[in-house]
Amino acid sequence: MRVQYVLQEIGQGLRRNLTMVIAVIVSTAVALVMLGSGLLMWQQTLHMQDYWYGKVEVSVFMCNQEEVGKYPNCQTAITDAQKQTIHDTLIRTPHVQTVTYENQLQAFQHYQQMEAGSALAQDSTVNDMQDSFRVKLDDPNNANIVEGAVGGLPGVQSVQDEQQLLKPLFTFIHIAEYTAVSVAAIMLVLAFLLIFNTVRLSAFSRRRETGIMRLVGASNFYIQMPFLLEGAVAGLAGGVAASVILIGVKAFFINHVVAPHLASVQFIGWSPFAWIVPSLLIVGVLMSVLASAFTLRKYLRV
Amino acid sequence: MIRFENVSKTYPNQARPALREMSLEIERGEFVFVIGSSGSGKSTFMRLILREERPTTGRVVVAGKDLNKLSNWKLPHHRRLIGTVFQDFRLLPNKTVYQNVAFALEVIGRPKGQIVKVVPEVLELVGLAGKEERMPNELSGGEQQRVAVARAFVNRPMILIADEPTGNLDPETSVGIMKLLDRINRTGTTVVMVTHDQAIVNQMRKRVLELDQGTLVRDQARGVYGYVR
Repeated sequence: MRVQYVLQEIGQGLRRNLTMVIAVIVSTAVALVMLGSGLLMWQQTLHMQDYWYGKVEVSVFMCNQEEVGKYPNCQTAITDAQKQTIHDTLIRTPHVQTVTYENQLQAFQHYQQMEAGSALAQDSTVNDMQDSFRVKLDDPNNANIVEGAVGGLPGVQSVQDEQQLLKPLFTFIHIAEYTAVSVAAIMLVLAFLLIFNTVRLSAFSRRRETGIMRLVGASNFYIQMPFLLEGAVAGLAGGVAASVILIGVKAFFINHVVAPHLASVQFIGWSPFAWIVPSLLIVGVLMSVLASAFTLRKYLRV
Repeated sequence: MIRFENVSKTYPNQARPALREMSLEIERGEFVFVIGSSGSGKSTFMRLILREERPTTGRVVVAGKDLNKLSNWKLPHHRRLIGTVFQDFRLLPNKTVYQNVAFALEVIGRPKGQIVKVVPEVLELVGLAGKEERMPNELSGGEQQRVAVARAFVNRPMILIADEPTGNLDPETSVGIMKLLDRINRTGTTVVMVTHDQAIVNQMRKRVLELDQGTLVRDQARGVYGYVR
Protein backbone atom coordinates (compact mmCIF):
# COMPACT_ATOMS: atom_id res chain seq x y z
CA MET A 1 0.00 0.00 0.00
CA ARG A 2 1.36 3.38 -0.97
CA VAL A 3 1.23 5.92 1.83
CA GLN A 4 1.34 8.80 -0.61
CA TYR A 5 -1.64 7.49 -2.58
CA VAL A 6 -3.69 7.02 0.59
CA LEU A 7 -2.83 10.47 1.98
CA GLN A 8 -3.67 12.07 -1.35
CA GLU A 9 -7.03 10.28 -1.48
CA ILE A 10 -7.88 11.35 2.08
CA GLY A 11 -6.96 14.95 1.35
CA GLN A 12 -9.07 14.97 -1.81
CA GLY A 13 -12.00 13.30 -0.09
CA LEU A 14 -11.96 15.73 2.83
CA ARG A 15 -11.74 18.76 0.53
CA ARG A 16 -14.46 17.50 -1.77
CA ASN A 17 -17.02 17.21 1.03
CA LEU A 18 -15.73 20.09 3.12
CA THR A 19 -19.12 21.25 4.42
CA MET A 20 -20.17 17.75 5.43
CA VAL A 21 -16.79 17.09 7.04
CA ILE A 22 -17.13 20.27 9.10
CA ALA A 23 -20.61 19.17 10.17
CA VAL A 24 -19.19 15.80 11.22
CA ILE A 25 -16.35 17.40 13.19
CA VAL A 26 -18.67 19.85 14.97
CA SER A 27 -21.30 17.28 15.91
CA THR A 28 -18.66 14.78 17.01
CA ALA A 29 -17.02 17.52 19.08
CA VAL A 30 -20.33 18.50 20.74
CA ALA A 31 -21.14 14.86 21.45
CA LEU A 32 -17.73 14.31 22.99
CA VAL A 33 -17.87 17.55 25.01
CA MET A 34 -21.12 16.27 26.51
CA LEU A 35 -19.65 12.85 27.15
CA GLY A 36 -16.55 14.44 28.65
CA SER A 37 -18.57 16.75 30.92
CA GLY A 38 -20.60 13.78 32.12
CA LEU A 39 -17.41 11.93 32.99
CA LEU A 40 -15.92 15.00 34.68
CA MET A 41 -19.06 15.57 36.76
CA TRP A 42 -18.94 11.94 37.78
CA GLN A 43 -15.33 12.43 38.86
CA GLN A 44 -16.39 15.61 40.66
CA THR A 45 -19.05 13.80 42.71
CA LEU A 46 -16.60 11.00 43.59
CA HIS A 47 -14.10 13.62 44.65
CA MET A 48 -16.65 15.52 46.74
CA GLN A 49 -17.91 12.30 48.29
CA ASP A 50 -14.39 11.43 49.35
CA TYR A 51 -13.92 14.87 50.81
CA TRP A 52 -17.26 15.31 52.54
CA TYR A 53 -17.82 11.77 53.61
CA GLY A 54 -14.45 11.92 55.33
CA LYS A 55 -15.86 14.68 57.46
CA VAL A 56 -19.49 13.76 58.05
CA GLU A 57 -20.47 12.15 61.31
CA VAL A 58 -23.56 10.79 62.92
CA SER A 59 -24.54 12.82 65.98
CA VAL A 60 -26.34 11.20 68.88
CA PHE A 61 -27.98 14.03 70.81
CA MET A 62 -28.92 13.39 74.42
CA CYS A 63 -31.73 14.86 76.52
CA ASN A 64 -31.09 18.11 78.36
CA GLN A 65 -33.23 19.52 81.14
CA GLU A 66 -35.61 21.38 78.82
CA GLU A 67 -36.51 18.34 76.76
CA VAL A 68 -37.71 16.17 79.63
CA GLY A 69 -41.14 14.80 78.78
CA LYS A 70 -41.13 16.23 75.23
CA TYR A 71 -39.47 13.17 73.69
CA PRO A 72 -40.29 9.51 74.42
CA ASN A 73 -36.77 8.63 75.64
CA CYS A 74 -36.38 11.79 77.70
CA GLN A 75 -37.88 10.78 81.08
CA THR A 76 -35.13 12.73 82.83
CA ALA A 77 -32.12 14.73 81.76
CA ILE A 78 -29.31 12.45 80.76
CA THR A 79 -27.59 10.63 83.61
CA ASP A 80 -24.01 9.41 83.76
CA ALA A 81 -25.19 5.78 83.81
CA GLN A 82 -27.25 6.35 80.63
CA LYS A 83 -24.25 8.04 78.95
CA GLN A 84 -22.12 5.06 79.81
CA THR A 85 -24.67 2.61 78.35
CA ILE A 86 -25.00 4.63 75.15
CA HIS A 87 -21.23 4.92 74.80
CA ASP A 88 -20.71 1.18 75.35
CA THR A 89 -23.46 0.34 72.85
CA LEU A 90 -21.91 2.65 70.25
CA ILE A 91 -18.47 1.12 70.74
CA ARG A 92 -19.89 -2.36 70.15
CA THR A 93 -21.86 -1.34 67.04
CA PRO A 94 -20.30 -2.62 63.79
CA HIS A 95 -18.85 -0.05 61.28
CA VAL A 96 -18.27 2.47 64.10
CA GLN A 97 -14.72 3.78 63.99
CA THR A 98 -14.49 6.44 66.70
CA VAL A 99 -16.85 7.88 69.27
CA THR A 100 -16.15 11.31 70.73
CA TYR A 101 -18.06 13.02 73.48
CA GLU A 102 -19.09 16.66 73.31
CA ASN A 103 -20.58 18.23 76.42
CA GLN A 104 -22.97 21.17 76.66
CA LEU A 105 -20.18 23.67 77.23
CA GLN A 106 -18.15 22.58 74.20
CA ALA A 107 -21.30 22.55 72.10
CA PHE A 108 -22.08 26.07 73.27
CA GLN A 109 -18.60 27.31 72.35
CA HIS A 110 -18.82 25.74 68.88
CA TYR A 111 -22.23 27.25 68.39
CA GLN A 112 -21.08 30.71 69.43
CA GLN A 113 -18.18 30.46 67.00
CA MET A 114 -20.29 29.34 64.08
CA GLU A 115 -23.16 31.73 64.62
CA ALA A 116 -21.06 34.61 65.92
CA GLY A 117 -22.96 37.90 65.94
CA SER A 118 -26.39 36.45 65.23
CA ALA A 119 -29.34 37.18 67.51
CA LEU A 120 -29.89 33.48 68.03
CA ALA A 121 -26.37 33.00 69.39
CA GLN A 122 -26.72 35.93 71.77
CA ASP A 123 -29.97 34.64 73.20
CA SER A 124 -28.88 31.06 73.75
CA THR A 125 -27.35 29.76 76.95
CA VAL A 126 -25.21 26.76 77.82
CA ASN A 127 -28.30 24.95 79.05
CA ASP A 128 -29.96 25.16 75.63
CA MET A 129 -27.19 22.95 74.25
CA GLN A 130 -27.15 19.20 74.32
CA ASP A 131 -24.57 16.64 75.29
CA SER A 132 -23.79 14.49 72.28
CA PHE A 133 -21.68 11.65 70.96
CA ARG A 134 -20.06 12.28 67.56
CA VAL A 135 -19.79 8.94 65.82
CA LYS A 136 -17.46 8.37 62.89
CA LEU A 137 -18.25 5.43 60.61
CA ASP A 138 -16.08 3.50 58.16
CA ASP A 139 -18.73 4.21 55.51
CA PRO A 140 -21.24 7.05 55.99
CA ASN A 141 -23.87 5.00 54.16
CA ASN A 142 -24.19 2.82 57.25
CA ALA A 143 -25.66 5.65 59.33
CA ASN A 144 -28.96 3.86 59.94
CA ILE A 145 -27.13 1.17 61.94
CA VAL A 146 -26.32 3.78 64.59
CA GLU A 147 -29.94 4.91 64.63
CA GLY A 148 -31.01 1.29 65.10
CA ALA A 149 -28.49 0.61 67.86
CA VAL A 150 -29.02 3.58 70.14
CA GLY A 151 -32.11 5.37 68.82
CA GLY A 152 -34.35 3.65 71.38
CA LEU A 153 -32.12 3.91 74.45
CA PRO A 154 -33.25 6.07 77.36
CA GLY A 155 -31.61 9.47 77.35
CA VAL A 156 -31.26 9.68 73.52
CA GLN A 157 -33.18 12.64 72.16
CA SER A 158 -32.38 12.14 68.48
CA VAL A 159 -29.87 10.67 66.05
CA GLN A 160 -28.89 12.93 63.19
CA ASP A 161 -27.10 11.80 60.03
CA GLU A 162 -25.18 14.71 58.51
CA GLN A 163 -24.99 12.88 55.21
CA GLN A 164 -28.70 13.62 54.75
CA LEU A 165 -27.82 17.31 54.59
CA LEU A 166 -25.53 16.71 51.58
CA LYS A 167 -28.00 14.53 49.66
CA PRO A 168 -29.71 17.34 47.68
CA LEU A 169 -26.37 18.63 46.42
CA PHE A 170 -25.28 15.21 45.19
CA THR A 171 -28.70 14.56 43.64
CA PHE A 172 -28.37 17.80 41.69
CA ILE A 173 -24.92 16.90 40.37
CA HIS A 174 -26.06 13.40 39.43
CA ILE A 175 -28.99 14.81 37.44
CA ALA A 176 -26.61 17.13 35.57
CA GLU A 177 -24.29 14.19 34.95
CA TYR A 178 -27.05 11.96 33.51
CA THR A 179 -28.38 14.83 31.41
CA ALA A 180 -24.95 15.40 29.89
CA VAL A 181 -24.50 11.72 29.12
CA SER A 182 -27.99 11.50 27.55
CA VAL A 183 -27.31 14.53 25.37
CA ALA A 184 -23.99 12.90 24.44
CA ALA A 185 -25.83 9.73 23.36
CA ILE A 186 -28.24 11.71 21.17
CA MET A 187 -25.39 13.72 19.67
CA LEU A 188 -23.44 10.54 18.95
CA VAL A 189 -26.41 9.21 17.00
CA LEU A 190 -26.53 12.49 15.10
CA ALA A 191 -22.80 12.31 14.40
CA PHE A 192 -23.21 8.71 13.22
CA LEU A 193 -25.91 9.73 10.74
CA LEU A 194 -23.81 12.63 9.48
CA ILE A 195 -20.80 10.38 8.96
CA PHE A 196 -23.05 7.88 7.19
CA ASN A 197 -24.16 10.59 4.79
CA THR A 198 -20.68 12.02 4.30
CA VAL A 199 -19.13 8.69 3.48
CA ARG A 200 -22.02 7.93 1.14
CA LEU A 201 -21.41 11.18 -0.73
CA SER A 202 -17.71 10.49 -0.77
CA ALA A 203 -18.23 6.97 -2.12
CA PHE A 204 -20.60 8.34 -4.74
CA SER A 205 -18.23 11.03 -5.95
CA ARG A 206 -15.46 8.44 -6.24
CA ARG A 207 -17.54 5.68 -7.78
CA ARG A 208 -15.61 5.83 -11.05
CA GLU A 209 -12.31 5.10 -9.32
CA THR A 210 -13.72 2.47 -7.00
CA GLY A 211 -15.55 0.80 -9.91
CA ILE A 212 -12.28 0.42 -11.81
CA MET A 213 -10.45 -0.71 -8.68
CA ARG A 214 -13.05 -3.42 -8.23
CA LEU A 215 -12.73 -4.54 -11.84
CA VAL A 216 -8.97 -4.80 -11.84
CA GLY A 217 -9.09 -6.77 -8.59
CA ALA A 218 -8.01 -4.31 -5.88
CA SER A 219 -8.65 -5.75 -2.44
CA ASN A 220 -11.56 -4.45 -0.39
CA PHE A 221 -9.11 -3.17 2.16
CA TYR A 222 -7.33 -1.09 -0.45
CA ILE A 223 -10.59 0.28 -1.82
CA GLN A 224 -12.11 1.10 1.56
CA MET A 225 -8.99 2.35 3.35
CA PRO A 226 -9.17 5.98 2.16
CA PHE A 227 -12.83 6.22 3.23
CA LEU A 228 -12.16 4.71 6.65
CA LEU A 229 -9.18 6.99 7.23
CA GLU A 230 -11.23 9.96 6.10
CA GLY A 231 -13.75 9.12 8.81
CA ALA A 232 -10.97 8.55 11.33
CA VAL A 233 -9.42 11.95 10.59
CA ALA A 234 -12.78 13.71 11.02
CA GLY A 235 -13.47 11.78 14.25
CA LEU A 236 -10.02 12.57 15.59
CA ALA A 237 -10.50 16.26 14.78
CA GLY A 238 -13.81 16.17 16.69
CA GLY A 239 -12.10 14.51 19.66
CA VAL A 240 -9.28 17.06 19.69
CA ALA A 241 -11.79 19.94 19.50
CA ALA A 242 -13.81 18.46 22.38
CA SER A 243 -10.69 18.01 24.52
CA VAL A 244 -9.56 21.58 23.85
CA ILE A 245 -13.02 22.89 24.81
CA LEU A 246 -13.14 20.88 28.05
CA ILE A 247 -9.61 21.87 29.05
CA GLY A 248 -10.46 25.49 28.26
CA VAL A 249 -13.62 25.40 30.36
CA LYS A 250 -11.72 23.88 33.27
CA ALA A 251 -8.74 26.25 32.98
CA PHE A 252 -10.62 29.52 32.55
CA PHE A 253 -14.22 29.11 33.64
CA ILE A 254 -13.95 26.69 36.58
CA ASN A 255 -10.53 27.66 37.91
CA HIS A 256 -10.80 31.42 37.45
CA VAL A 257 -14.49 32.26 37.57
CA VAL A 258 -16.37 29.62 39.55
CA ALA A 259 -13.82 28.32 42.04
CA PRO A 260 -13.03 31.70 43.70
CA HIS A 261 -16.75 32.13 44.46
CA LEU A 262 -17.33 28.62 45.71
CA ALA A 263 -14.52 28.15 48.17
CA SER A 264 -16.44 25.44 50.03
CA VAL A 265 -16.58 23.15 46.98
CA GLN A 266 -13.49 21.07 46.31
CA PHE A 267 -13.04 21.03 42.53
CA ILE A 268 -11.23 18.18 40.82
CA GLY A 269 -7.71 18.75 39.58
CA TRP A 270 -6.23 17.86 36.21
CA SER A 271 -5.62 14.18 36.91
CA PRO A 272 -8.95 12.84 35.43
CA PHE A 273 -8.06 14.55 32.13
CA ALA A 274 -5.19 12.10 31.79
CA TRP A 275 -7.68 9.35 30.94
CA ILE A 276 -10.72 11.36 29.82
CA VAL A 277 -8.91 13.08 26.93
CA PRO A 278 -7.52 9.84 25.44
CA SER A 279 -10.94 8.22 25.91
CA LEU A 280 -12.63 11.02 23.98
CA LEU A 281 -10.11 10.71 21.15
CA ILE A 282 -10.59 6.95 21.01
CA VAL A 283 -14.39 7.21 21.10
CA GLY A 284 -14.31 9.86 18.35
CA VAL A 285 -12.09 7.80 16.06
CA LEU A 286 -13.79 4.46 16.78
CA MET A 287 -17.27 5.85 16.27
CA SER A 288 -16.47 7.44 12.94
CA VAL A 289 -14.54 4.42 11.69
CA LEU A 290 -17.45 2.15 12.65
CA ALA A 291 -19.93 4.50 10.96
CA SER A 292 -17.77 4.59 7.82
CA ALA A 293 -17.36 0.81 7.76
CA PHE A 294 -21.11 0.39 8.19
CA THR A 295 -21.79 2.77 5.29
CA LEU A 296 -19.22 1.12 3.05
CA ARG A 297 -20.79 -2.28 3.62
CA LYS A 298 -23.96 -0.83 2.13
CA TYR A 299 -22.61 1.41 -0.63
CA LEU A 300 -19.32 -0.11 -1.69
CA ARG A 301 -20.12 -3.75 -2.20
CA VAL A 302 -17.81 -6.04 -4.11
CA MET B 1 -11.06 -21.85 -19.12
CA ILE B 2 -14.72 -20.88 -18.71
CA ARG B 3 -17.38 -23.53 -18.14
CA PHE B 4 -21.11 -23.05 -17.57
CA GLU B 5 -23.01 -26.06 -16.21
CA ASN B 6 -26.80 -25.75 -16.43
CA VAL B 7 -26.63 -22.14 -15.33
CA SER B 8 -29.87 -20.28 -14.74
CA LYS B 9 -30.14 -16.79 -13.36
CA THR B 10 -33.35 -15.14 -12.22
CA TYR B 11 -33.12 -11.66 -10.76
CA PRO B 12 -35.21 -10.90 -7.69
CA ASN B 13 -38.74 -9.70 -8.46
CA GLN B 14 -38.56 -10.86 -12.06
CA ALA B 15 -40.60 -13.72 -13.40
CA ARG B 16 -38.58 -14.46 -16.54
CA PRO B 17 -35.06 -15.80 -16.01
CA ALA B 18 -32.25 -13.71 -17.54
CA LEU B 19 -30.37 -16.92 -18.37
CA ARG B 20 -31.94 -20.34 -18.77
CA GLU B 21 -30.13 -23.67 -18.35
CA MET B 22 -27.00 -22.54 -20.12
CA SER B 23 -24.18 -25.04 -20.62
CA LEU B 24 -21.04 -24.31 -22.58
CA GLU B 25 -17.28 -24.45 -22.44
CA ILE B 26 -14.73 -21.94 -23.68
CA GLU B 27 -11.19 -23.28 -24.04
CA ARG B 28 -7.98 -21.49 -23.16
CA GLY B 29 -6.88 -19.17 -25.97
CA GLU B 30 -10.23 -19.13 -27.78
CA PHE B 31 -11.78 -16.03 -29.33
CA VAL B 32 -15.54 -16.00 -28.82
CA PHE B 33 -18.24 -13.58 -29.94
CA VAL B 34 -21.41 -13.35 -27.89
CA ILE B 35 -24.30 -11.91 -29.89
CA GLY B 36 -27.99 -11.38 -29.29
CA SER B 37 -30.51 -8.58 -29.05
CA SER B 38 -30.86 -6.36 -25.99
CA GLY B 39 -32.20 -8.28 -23.01
CA SER B 40 -31.02 -11.60 -24.38
CA GLY B 41 -28.78 -12.21 -21.35
CA LYS B 42 -25.37 -11.14 -22.68
CA SER B 43 -24.68 -8.82 -19.77
CA THR B 44 -25.77 -11.43 -17.25
CA PHE B 45 -23.43 -13.91 -18.95
CA MET B 46 -20.49 -11.54 -18.43
CA ARG B 47 -21.47 -10.59 -14.91
CA LEU B 48 -21.53 -14.28 -13.99
CA ILE B 49 -17.99 -14.76 -15.29
CA LEU B 50 -16.79 -11.76 -13.27
CA ARG B 51 -18.90 -13.03 -10.36
CA GLU B 52 -20.66 -9.74 -10.03
CA GLU B 53 -23.70 -12.02 -9.86
CA ARG B 54 -24.11 -15.58 -8.65
CA PRO B 55 -26.16 -18.09 -10.62
CA THR B 56 -29.57 -19.02 -9.23
CA THR B 57 -28.86 -22.66 -10.13
CA GLY B 58 -25.95 -24.40 -11.81
CA ARG B 59 -22.21 -23.83 -11.69
CA VAL B 60 -19.81 -21.39 -13.30
CA VAL B 61 -16.20 -22.60 -13.38
CA VAL B 62 -13.46 -20.13 -14.37
CA ALA B 63 -9.80 -21.17 -14.54
CA GLY B 64 -10.63 -24.36 -12.68
CA LYS B 65 -12.38 -22.58 -9.79
CA ASP B 66 -16.05 -23.04 -8.96
CA LEU B 67 -17.26 -19.47 -8.49
CA ASN B 68 -20.07 -20.61 -6.19
CA LYS B 69 -17.41 -21.70 -3.72
CA LEU B 70 -15.25 -18.60 -4.09
CA SER B 71 -15.25 -16.54 -0.90
CA ASN B 72 -15.70 -12.78 -1.08
CA TRP B 73 -12.27 -12.50 0.36
CA LYS B 74 -10.71 -14.19 -2.69
CA LEU B 75 -12.87 -12.33 -5.17
CA PRO B 76 -10.27 -9.62 -5.97
CA HIS B 77 -7.78 -12.36 -6.93
CA HIS B 78 -10.37 -13.88 -9.25
CA ARG B 79 -10.90 -10.51 -10.93
CA ARG B 80 -7.16 -10.15 -11.51
CA LEU B 81 -7.41 -13.11 -13.89
CA ILE B 82 -9.84 -11.19 -16.04
CA GLY B 83 -9.36 -7.94 -17.94
CA THR B 84 -12.46 -5.95 -18.85
CA VAL B 85 -13.13 -3.44 -21.62
CA PHE B 86 -16.36 -1.46 -21.99
CA GLN B 87 -18.19 0.39 -24.69
CA ASP B 88 -17.80 3.69 -22.77
CA PHE B 89 -14.05 3.19 -22.09
CA ARG B 90 -14.35 4.13 -18.38
CA LEU B 91 -11.08 6.02 -18.16
CA LEU B 92 -10.34 8.34 -15.24
CA PRO B 93 -10.64 11.84 -16.76
CA ASN B 94 -8.19 13.48 -14.35
CA LYS B 95 -5.36 11.05 -15.02
CA THR B 96 -3.02 10.86 -18.00
CA VAL B 97 -2.85 7.86 -20.33
CA TYR B 98 0.15 6.54 -18.42
CA GLN B 99 -1.52 7.10 -15.03
CA ASN B 100 -4.73 5.43 -16.14
CA VAL B 101 -2.86 2.27 -17.05
CA ALA B 102 -0.53 2.43 -14.04
CA PHE B 103 -3.58 2.86 -11.75
CA ALA B 104 -4.65 -0.72 -12.48
CA LEU B 105 -1.31 -1.99 -11.17
CA GLU B 106 -0.98 0.47 -8.27
CA VAL B 107 -4.27 -0.52 -6.71
CA ILE B 108 -3.36 -4.17 -6.65
CA GLY B 109 -0.15 -3.29 -4.87
CA ARG B 110 2.42 -3.91 -7.63
CA PRO B 111 5.88 -2.51 -6.94
CA LYS B 112 6.84 0.76 -8.59
CA GLY B 113 9.75 -0.79 -10.47
CA GLN B 114 7.49 -3.26 -12.21
CA ILE B 115 4.95 -0.58 -13.11
CA VAL B 116 7.58 1.64 -14.71
CA LYS B 117 8.69 -1.31 -16.80
CA VAL B 118 5.42 -2.85 -17.99
CA VAL B 119 3.23 0.21 -18.62
CA PRO B 120 5.35 1.53 -21.54
CA GLU B 121 5.47 -2.02 -22.94
CA VAL B 122 1.71 -2.38 -23.02
CA LEU B 123 1.23 1.16 -24.39
CA GLU B 124 3.62 0.19 -27.18
CA LEU B 125 1.58 -2.98 -27.80
CA VAL B 126 -1.68 -1.04 -28.20
CA GLY B 127 -0.01 1.56 -30.41
CA LEU B 128 -0.01 4.52 -28.06
CA ALA B 129 3.72 4.95 -27.62
CA GLY B 130 4.50 8.67 -27.32
CA LYS B 131 1.03 9.57 -25.99
CA GLU B 132 1.74 8.69 -22.34
CA GLU B 133 1.19 12.21 -21.03
CA ARG B 134 -2.06 12.96 -22.89
CA MET B 135 -5.30 13.35 -20.99
CA PRO B 136 -8.22 11.16 -22.10
CA ASN B 137 -10.21 14.13 -23.43
CA GLU B 138 -7.32 14.91 -25.80
CA LEU B 139 -7.64 11.51 -27.47
CA SER B 140 -9.94 10.18 -30.18
CA GLY B 141 -12.49 7.50 -29.29
CA GLY B 142 -10.32 4.78 -30.83
CA GLU B 143 -7.31 5.94 -28.86
CA GLN B 144 -9.31 6.06 -25.65
CA GLN B 145 -10.44 2.50 -26.24
CA ARG B 146 -6.81 1.49 -26.79
CA VAL B 147 -5.98 2.97 -23.39
CA ALA B 148 -8.82 0.93 -21.90
CA VAL B 149 -7.50 -2.22 -23.59
CA ALA B 150 -4.01 -1.44 -22.31
CA ARG B 151 -5.38 -1.06 -18.79
CA ALA B 152 -7.28 -4.34 -19.06
CA PHE B 153 -4.27 -6.19 -20.42
CA VAL B 154 -1.40 -4.65 -18.45
CA ASN B 155 -1.71 -7.25 -15.71
CA ARG B 156 -1.58 -10.04 -18.36
CA PRO B 157 -4.95 -11.59 -17.47
CA MET B 158 -5.87 -15.07 -18.68
CA ILE B 159 -9.22 -13.82 -19.95
CA LEU B 160 -10.19 -10.56 -21.63
CA ILE B 161 -13.87 -9.64 -21.62
CA ALA B 162 -14.92 -6.90 -24.02
CA ASP B 163 -18.44 -5.52 -23.79
CA GLU B 164 -19.23 -3.96 -27.18
CA PRO B 165 -15.75 -2.44 -27.41
CA THR B 166 -16.50 -1.02 -30.87
CA GLY B 167 -20.01 0.19 -30.07
CA ASN B 168 -18.99 3.86 -29.96
CA LEU B 169 -16.47 3.75 -32.79
CA ASP B 170 -16.64 4.18 -36.56
CA PRO B 171 -16.04 1.07 -38.72
CA GLU B 172 -12.48 1.96 -39.62
CA THR B 173 -11.42 2.55 -36.02
CA SER B 174 -13.28 -0.60 -35.02
CA VAL B 175 -11.09 -2.64 -37.33
CA GLY B 176 -8.05 -1.27 -35.52
CA ILE B 177 -9.44 -2.31 -32.15
CA MET B 178 -10.31 -5.77 -33.53
CA LYS B 179 -6.77 -6.21 -34.79
CA LEU B 180 -5.54 -5.29 -31.35
CA LEU B 181 -7.85 -7.80 -29.66
CA ASP B 182 -6.74 -10.42 -32.18
CA ARG B 183 -3.11 -9.70 -31.33
CA ILE B 184 -3.87 -10.07 -27.63
CA ASN B 185 -5.69 -13.34 -28.38
CA ARG B 186 -2.60 -14.65 -30.13
CA THR B 187 -0.57 -14.22 -26.91
CA GLY B 188 -2.77 -17.00 -25.51
CA THR B 189 -5.34 -14.83 -23.80
CA THR B 190 -8.93 -16.03 -24.01
CA VAL B 191 -11.08 -13.24 -25.47
CA VAL B 192 -14.85 -13.06 -24.95
CA MET B 193 -16.42 -10.21 -26.89
CA VAL B 194 -20.03 -9.11 -26.74
CA THR B 195 -21.02 -7.27 -29.88
CA HIS B 196 -23.77 -6.09 -32.21
CA ASP B 197 -21.37 -5.40 -35.05
CA GLN B 198 -22.30 -7.75 -37.90
CA ALA B 199 -19.41 -6.74 -40.18
CA ILE B 200 -16.83 -7.61 -37.53
CA VAL B 201 -18.34 -11.00 -36.71
CA ASN B 202 -18.64 -11.92 -40.35
CA GLN B 203 -15.09 -10.82 -41.04
CA MET B 204 -13.36 -12.54 -38.16
CA ARG B 205 -14.98 -15.97 -38.56
CA LYS B 206 -14.54 -16.91 -34.94
CA ARG B 207 -16.74 -18.96 -32.63
CA VAL B 208 -20.18 -17.35 -32.18
CA LEU B 209 -22.53 -17.81 -29.23
CA GLU B 210 -26.00 -16.44 -29.86
CA LEU B 211 -28.39 -15.76 -26.99
CA ASP B 212 -32.10 -15.23 -27.32
CA GLN B 213 -34.25 -14.44 -24.30
CA GLY B 214 -31.79 -16.06 -21.95
CA THR B 215 -31.30 -19.24 -23.97
CA LEU B 216 -28.22 -20.26 -25.91
CA VAL B 217 -29.69 -20.78 -29.41
CA ARG B 218 -26.51 -21.10 -31.41
CA ASP B 219 -22.92 -22.18 -30.79
CA GLN B 220 -21.07 -22.19 -34.08
CA ALA B 221 -17.36 -22.75 -34.56
CA ARG B 222 -16.66 -20.36 -37.46
CA GLY B 223 -19.85 -18.42 -37.37
CA VAL B 224 -21.31 -15.34 -38.93
CA TYR B 225 -23.81 -12.82 -37.61
CA GLY B 226 -27.46 -13.25 -38.59
CA TYR B 227 -29.60 -16.28 -38.52
CA VAL B 228 -28.55 -19.40 -40.36
CA ARG B 229 -31.69 -21.45 -40.71
